[in-house]
Amino acid sequence: MTKSNRRNPNNAPGLLKDRTGIPGFDEITGGGLPAGRPTLVCGSAGAGKTLFAMEFLVRGATLFNEPGVFISFEETDEELATNVSSLGFNIKQLIADKKLLLDYVFIERSEIEETGDYDLEGLFLRLEHAINFIGAKRIVLDTLEALFSGLPNEAILRAELRRLFRWLKEKDVTAVITCERGEGTLTRYGLEEYVADCVILLDNRVENQISTRRMRIIKYRGTAHGTNEYPFFIDENGFSVLPITSIGLDHKASTERISTGNSQLDTMLGGKGFYRGSSVLVSGTAGTGKSTIAAHFLDAACRRGEKALFLAFEESQQQIIRNMRSIGIDLEPYVKQGLLSFKNARPSTFGLEVHLALIHKAISDHKPQVVVVDPITNFLAIGDARQTKQMLTRLIDFLKNEQITTIFTSLTSSDNTIEDSEVGVSSLMDVWLLVKTVESNGERNRGLYILKARGIAHSNQLREFRLTEKGIELVNAYVGSEGVLMGSARATQFAREAALAAEREDTRKRRERELQRKHEIYEAQLLALKNHYESEREAMVRELQEPEVGAANQRVDMAPLRPADVDPRMDENGARKARKGNVR
Amino acid sequence: MKSTPTKRSRAAKNGHTPPADGDGRWNLRLYVAGQTPRSLTAFQNLKNICEEYLQGQYHIEVVDLMENPTLARGDQILAIPTLVRKLPHPIRKIIGDLSNTERVLVGLDIQPRQE
Repeated sequence: MTKSNRRNPNNAPGLLKDRTGIPGFDEITGGGLPAGRPTLVCGSAGAGKTLFAMEFLVRGATLFNEPGVFISFEETDEELATNVSSLGFNIKQLIADKKLLLDYVFIERSEIEETGDYDLEGLFLRLEHAINFIGAKRIVLDTLEALFSGLPNEAILRAELRRLFRWLKEKDVTAVITCERGEGTLTRYGLEEYVADCVILLDNRVENQISTRRMRIIKYRGTAHGTNEYPFFIDENGFSVLPITSIGLDHKASTERISTGNSQLDTMLGGKGFYRGSSVLVSGTAGTGKSTIAAHFLDAACRRGEKALFLAFEESQQQIIRNMRSIGIDLEPYVKQGLLSFKNARPSTFGLEVHLALIHKAISDHKPQVVVVDPITNFLAIGDARQTKQMLTRLIDFLKNEQITTIFTSLTSSDNTIEDSEVGVSSLMDVWLLVKTVESNGERNRGLYILKARGIAHSNQLREFRLTEKGIELVNAYVGSEGVLMGSARATQFAREAALAAEREDTRKRRERELQRKHEIYEAQLLALKNHYESEREAMVRELQEPEVGAANQRVDMAPLRPADVDPRMDENGARKARKGNVR
Repeated sequence: MKSTPTKRSRAAKNGHTPPADGDGRWNLRLYVAGQTPRSLTAFQNLKNICEEYLQGQYHIEVVDLMENPTLARGDQILAIPTLVRKLPHPIRKIIGDLSNTERVLVGLDIQPRQE
């Protein structure tokens, strides 16, 4: 357990590292160069060896208060100072402050006659004096191989170099030794066999007439390190290495949501917009409003007071600002406030790696929270699909690591399937908005889909997407029996539907009235039937009573004929009652 | 100070100097680092050669870089021992313990280089 821990460069007690302070380099080496040991930096002419070495010293002196000695075998002190001052290093001041010491070691073979045994003690003494004079912790020997051309006796020289590296270790200075690259070997004179701790290769390749600088750590004894080729970049601030591939997939996933700048689009994205730190792809054919969506997003970010960066590869800053004004977005105030920064460049100006580096740098300088890259498809002009994807992967990794929400626009050609994003980067994206034009009835209308939105319950609807003077407006597109309709067709369809609805309403009301009438008829008929029945009943009751009355009357009439009988009329009421009771 | 050696080296390259004719004074400086056997050998060899070829016309200055390390910078000394011919001009440098007398003579332009 302890053994494996020791190998871990982060807490290895045995292997101390000396930070170079060169942006990106310390990340790929897990902390810098091996402290107190020599490092070989090899590369062909113009690869940037001297600059790397000088920056190692200058940053050591300025950032970490570690004085350094620069032993130059090729350039004089004045030449060196002039050369590196163009890169933003004021080494004259550092020399005056005793933070830096330049020593030009000149060796001219024609001046030297060998007359017997010798050693390089003179060089050692010079180094020692220089180191002691300013208390140097760092030393650079640029280019040590000049000794091979200057001193004829290679056997002595090799023995002395071996001694030199041992001596440097004893002096406990972190040394950088630069070497010319040889044919098929790392160094022309095989110096790598002496410097076994750390070997760095710098390279400058030209592909498609665009040169790209790359760096690779060939060897770093006793520590884990990135083994890829890392592009690097030299600009007015010196060296920048891009350790973007080394970041990997361990970035944080924020749960914070930020607005897209359009409330309707927010609604489509679960009501809250994008996750912070997500990468958003907006793809579509020409003129579908991709940049407008991006500008909306920037506008919303700046309104929240966040910093934004617009990386434009097609339009100039002024052009973008002017065009966005036409849809009611004024970006200029944000530029003036320093919230929004533009980086405009033609893709063909640099290689992919340099673009990546420039973006990296622009982000490091401006520290934005949202970034727009418009468009990524233009990179295909300078690299093939694989390289472009690789570059974008690194860019996305970097942006995600920095928790920067980014909108990438991508131009798709209209003839092939719209989902076929040319760069093939869609799998890297968290959200993919697709803007497409639908051509029908002699007009082109814009439709917007959310093809995917990782971790967001998003709308599956196609929305009609309109650019108005107040920005983007998303309208419910007509999706119905007539298919998908947009624009005037949608309006017509809506009108037609409204008419239909009115008609249906009309019919309904008519039916209602009809029913009412039927009901009334029924009620009337019911009443008539009842009346009829009542009258019939009455008649029948009357009929039923009539025969009895007749019989009684007959009896009454017969009584006088029979005087023996009691006259019933004497007891008329009682008899009637009795009769009635009988009837009932 | 730094550019001086460059100029001198150019002079040495361009114009081949005739051998010192003896009336000029030979000003020689021997750089050593401590009293090592090699330094002592070099000094002894130099002394012998001068006595033989430049008798009475030479001046030898021995610089111990152990004591004056800053001086190494002025004459661009790397190898030890190094003999520098300060005079007559142009400056010439010879490295090694001066055991190869013939090469010392060639190096100091006392004797023309033999093919």
